[in-house]
Amino acid sequence: MSEAIIYDAVRTPRGKGKKDGSLHGVTPIHLLKNLFDAVQERNALDTSRVDDVVLGCVTPVGEQGADIARTAVLYSGWDQSVTGVTQNRFCASGLESVNLAAMKVMSGMEDLVAAGGVESMSRWPMGSDGGAMVMDPRVNAAMDFVPQGIGADLIASIENFSREDVDNFAVRSQQKAAEAKAEARFNNSVVPVKDVNGLVVLDHDETVRGETTAAKLGELKPSFQMMGEMGFNATALRKYPEVESITHVHHAGNSSGIVDGAALTLIGSESIGKELGLKPRARIRALATQGSEPTIMLTGIAPATRKALAKAGMQASDIDLWEINEAFAAVVLRAVRDLDIDIDKVNVNGGAIAMGHPLGATGSILVGTIIDELERRDLNTGCITLCVGGGMGIATIVERI
Amino acid sequence: MAATEKEVMNEASAKENSAVRQDLDADGILTLTMDMPGRSMNVLNEQLTEPFAEAIERIESDDAVKGVIITSGKKEFLAGADIDGIFKITDPGEAYEAARAYQGFLRRLETCGKPVVAALNGTALGGGLEMALACHYRVAVNNPKAKFGLPEVKLGLLPGGGGTQRLPRLIGIQNSLPLMMEGKELSAEKAKGAGIINALASDNDDMMKQAREWCQANPKATAPWDAKGFKYPGGDAKHPAVVQVLAIAPSMLRDKTKGNFPAPENILASVVEGSLVDFDTGLDVEARYFADLVVSQVSKNMINTFWYQLNALNKGDSRPKGFDRSEVKKLGILGAGMMGAGIAYVSAKAGIEVVLKDVSQEAADKGKAYSEGLLDKGMKRGRVTNSQKEELLGRIKATDKVEDLSGCDLIIEAVFEDRDLKASVTKETEAVMDANGVFASNTSTLPITGLAEASIRKDKFIGLHFFSPVDKMPLVEIIVGEETSDETLARGFDYVQQIKKTPIVVNDSRGFYTSRCFGTYVNEGVALLAEGQNPRAIEVAGLQSGMPVGPLALQDEVSLSLALHVMTQTRKDLGDDYREPPSEATLRKFVEELDRPGKKAGKGFYDYPEGGKKKLWPGLAEQFPPAAEKLSQQEMIDRMLFAQANETARCVEEGVVEKTGDANIGSVFGWGFAPHQGGTLQFINAYGVKNFVERSRELAAKYGERFEPAAILVKMAEKGETFA
Repeated sequence: MSEAIIYDAVRTPRGKGKKDGSLHGVTPIHLLKNLFDAVQERNALDTSRVDDVVLGCVTPVGEQGADIARTAVLYSGWDQSVTGVTQNRFCASGLESVNLAAMKVMSGMEDLVAAGGVESMSRWPMGSDGGAMVMDPRVNAAMDFVPQGIGADLIASIENFSREDVDNFAVRSQQKAAEAKAEARFNNSVVPVKDVNGLVVLDHDETVRGETTAAKLGELKPSFQMMGEMGFNATALRKYPEVESITHVHHAGNSSGIVDGAALTLIGSESIGKELGLKPRARIRALATQGSEPTIMLTGIAPATRKALAKAGMQASDIDLWEINEAFAAVVLRAVRDLDIDIDKVNVNGGAIAMGHPLGATGSILVGTIIDELERRDLNTGCITLCVGGGMGIATIVERI
Repeated sequence: MAATEKEVMNEASAKENSAVRQDLDADGILTLTMDMPGRSMNVLNEQLTEPFAEAIERIESDDAVKGVIITSGKKEFLAGADIDGIFKITDPGEAYEAARAYQGFLRRLETCGKPVVAALNGTALGGGLEMALACHYRVAVNNPKAKFGLPEVKLGLLPGGGGTQRLPRLIGIQNSLPLMMEGKELSAEKAKGAGIINALASDNDDMMKQAREWCQANPKATAPWDAKGFKYPGGDAKHPAVVQVLAIAPSMLRDKTKGNFPAPENILASVVEGSLVDFDTGLDVEARYFADLVVSQVSKNMINTFWYQLNALNKGDSRPKGFDRSEVKKLGILGAGMMGAGIAYVSAKAGIEVVLKDVSQEAADKGKAYSEGLLDKGMKRGRVTNSQKEELLGRIKATDKVEDLSGCDLIIEAVFEDRDLKASVTKETEAVMDANGVFASNTSTLPITGLAEASIRKDKFIGLHFFSPVDKMPLVEIIVGEETSDETLARGFDYVQQIKKTPIVVNDSRGFYTSRCFGTYVNEGVALLAEGQNPRAIEVAGLQSGMPVGPLALQDEVSLSLALHVMTQTRKDLGDDYREPPSEATLRKFVEELDRPGKKAGKGFYDYPEGGKKKLWPGLAEQFPPAAEKLSQQEMIDRMLFAQANETARCVEEGVVEKTGDANIGSVFGWGFAPHQGGTLQFINAYGVKNFVERSRELAAKYGERFEPAAILVKMAEKGETFA
């Protein structure tokens, strides 16, 4: 079996996912083109040697529809021999691309694969693609569907995380991200978004608020209380009959930000790297996905991570740095508790609460973030893990070379 | 030859006796009058649809017909489908074909190219309203008694004649869903406001005139959904605003139904899925969901109990024959507490003159004020006028004088549950009331025969057990004492119907039927708690089983001290025969040691913070350490349902309840037994008597002998019988 080596990882800065966000005027395909150009340039890449491009996109409709991976290959001027596939594993899509690319390479069937993802949440808001679990009443009922935010509040209620607990976590995320930004720790992987003229549209993550405080966050109203009381809480509580009530603690300030962004990595075998003169940065030690209870939805991190650790023959304590996607504060706090790990090793440069979660891209972004930081601190192993819609989890363990 | 002649004759008389009369006027307007021979109401069955189909053929082929008016020769337009036919169907294919046939028939009418007007002279429900919806225009006489709606859901069904497709296309998905999912019935005025009826008429002539005018003004009519560029009012199921509602709609629905009722779920599915396809495909989707419901156990349970058995009960199945219908003119009520005050209200509302007596004028006035409060609420909601209020209050005389009871032809005693007190008021009252009058006790626990000992006319002594709150609860349990005469029973029955409640008849026994069986539900919940099951999970299991309130909350409402009081009294009365219920030790502990007697005291199994929501008492975990084996929700649900059903079977065995309908209706209307199961005995029938016996034995082995199946069930299982 070949090793899957990560040769490069780039991303766009993340723009606020609303009309007044800097990337709202940029098409998703253009976000990708910036990155395709960068990967080609940085690696002096002969694109005809790339076998396939795997991209995650959670809302593959409109201009993000019709296999945006193949579209991006052609629009970016990569060789027409390069195929493209777009997949959707909800919030895990970006990491799923990396994992699929790794498995392609490990199997020996392909040698070099670009993997990443894109999501312009300002242009195609979450839910624009419908879906039976939401809009088909029979499926919705059979699944005991509740929105993720209710699941996150349910986690907090079960684990007794107070509003202060989750707000303090959010403040730390902002502070860490602000510090990382100030120290330019993301500069290796962030590729500024340029317009057709080459003018810079955005060169930094624009939702970071290092100055925020727990007192300020404390003023925000819980986001999911009203919908919970309208009926979703009842569904959640029927599924969790021992929970007396749901305390609504999550709000815009302690949940992942809605942003626009894209990411791209380059993954290949050891031999093609040598042949093309690519610089190996890390290898993928193990990867896993795991389904979990779909109503609470967001508790798949620990089981998926345990599965990956077992494949790697490792313990959680063997991991030097963690990137646990900050879908909601309670999700990370629960994962830390479940895995019994040191929270000081988790999201050391902040996370999606500060910088945002462009659904289809986030997993790929985190691959770059963790490798950059392992290199900066001269550490060895990292684990990237995300909770996933529909009750799933995903994890990938990387090791520096 | 002779045979042919006979056929011709038959055909002629068939036309005369046809359920659908055809009258073509000079303007080419064909009036179809539904008037089924030998019936007081039109009902949708082959007797109606066959001649209707002939009429449709004529409409399609006869150029002389320029427009069509459909009306009825009865008081009502058309009250719906023939339930007998639907109840018999057990093959989904047959149900599907039946729906397709009626849909196809209405579709032909709708697409005939000529204007078709529904002239609604009276009520149009279910299939009747579906027929009207297939017409191009609906004009209704503004008769406040006429009802319009699609109430199929109440029998576990859905409108399978195009109702789930036409109504949302006519008034929008969001407006139509509650009408169908809750089976709401509207007055003509409200139906017009909702956009279901196009115009109101002052009387039949005006209705026919308007119908004719519309036909003439619209010689080429099509349904809006058959017109080009049709759009759903408010958007179809892809519209973002609708999608947002649909995401939460199943949660909101299941919050109410706990997933026990498939009908509203199928209605929602049919409406949503139907909106994503063309009209004709939508009809097909509807027919498939209809068939799913027709053969479902839930609809069989509901039709069995809320149609057949309830109708039989209301027709007086349990009323002794041979006595003229009686009417109470002057009612005396002893005790103006919650129950007495409630009985006064419902009786005065039914036009009865009421004397409400208590020991002091003040207490009696307070009882009367209860009615005033209810009426004021009604006025606020616009349901009661000031004159109605004054009239009703005028019928209630609050007093502390026993002489005021003179001339009462019915007395209902609703004083405290104390034998001596009841005996003394009985004697005191019998001295002044109408000598032929009936004396009734509203006791919920004390055997009637024993109470009757205080009476000088034991044959005119009866139990009328009301439920609280009286103005809301639909049931009255009539208890026949050993010496209660048939005539007295008939008079009691008539009174219950006079106040528009549903009577069930039971024989005397401790706790009668309802209190006794209801108790087993609460007992089982408390037993689970004592075993160390999670209290919240117990409450959720109660709700999931279909009960309206969890057993622990219910015990708090009833009050732990009252339940304990009844147990103590029963223990005293029965001596060695007393079987201690599994909840007694816990209740004793809560009342005597922990001082948590129930809701009234602000503390029982729950805490009741002032102005806040009740919360399970945190001390429960300490009192009942979690059991090693956590039971599944289904296991707890089974225990709660089996306890109630098995106790009902014992009541049948002991002759406390004689009629299956009384038992089923009593269980649902009286103490809220899971309506989707169709009552306690229907639950056993549907479970299968043999399976029920086996499962009961399993439960008995695990949880105690109280689950041993009633002997009658074991016998029935051997013989392969069910409760008929």
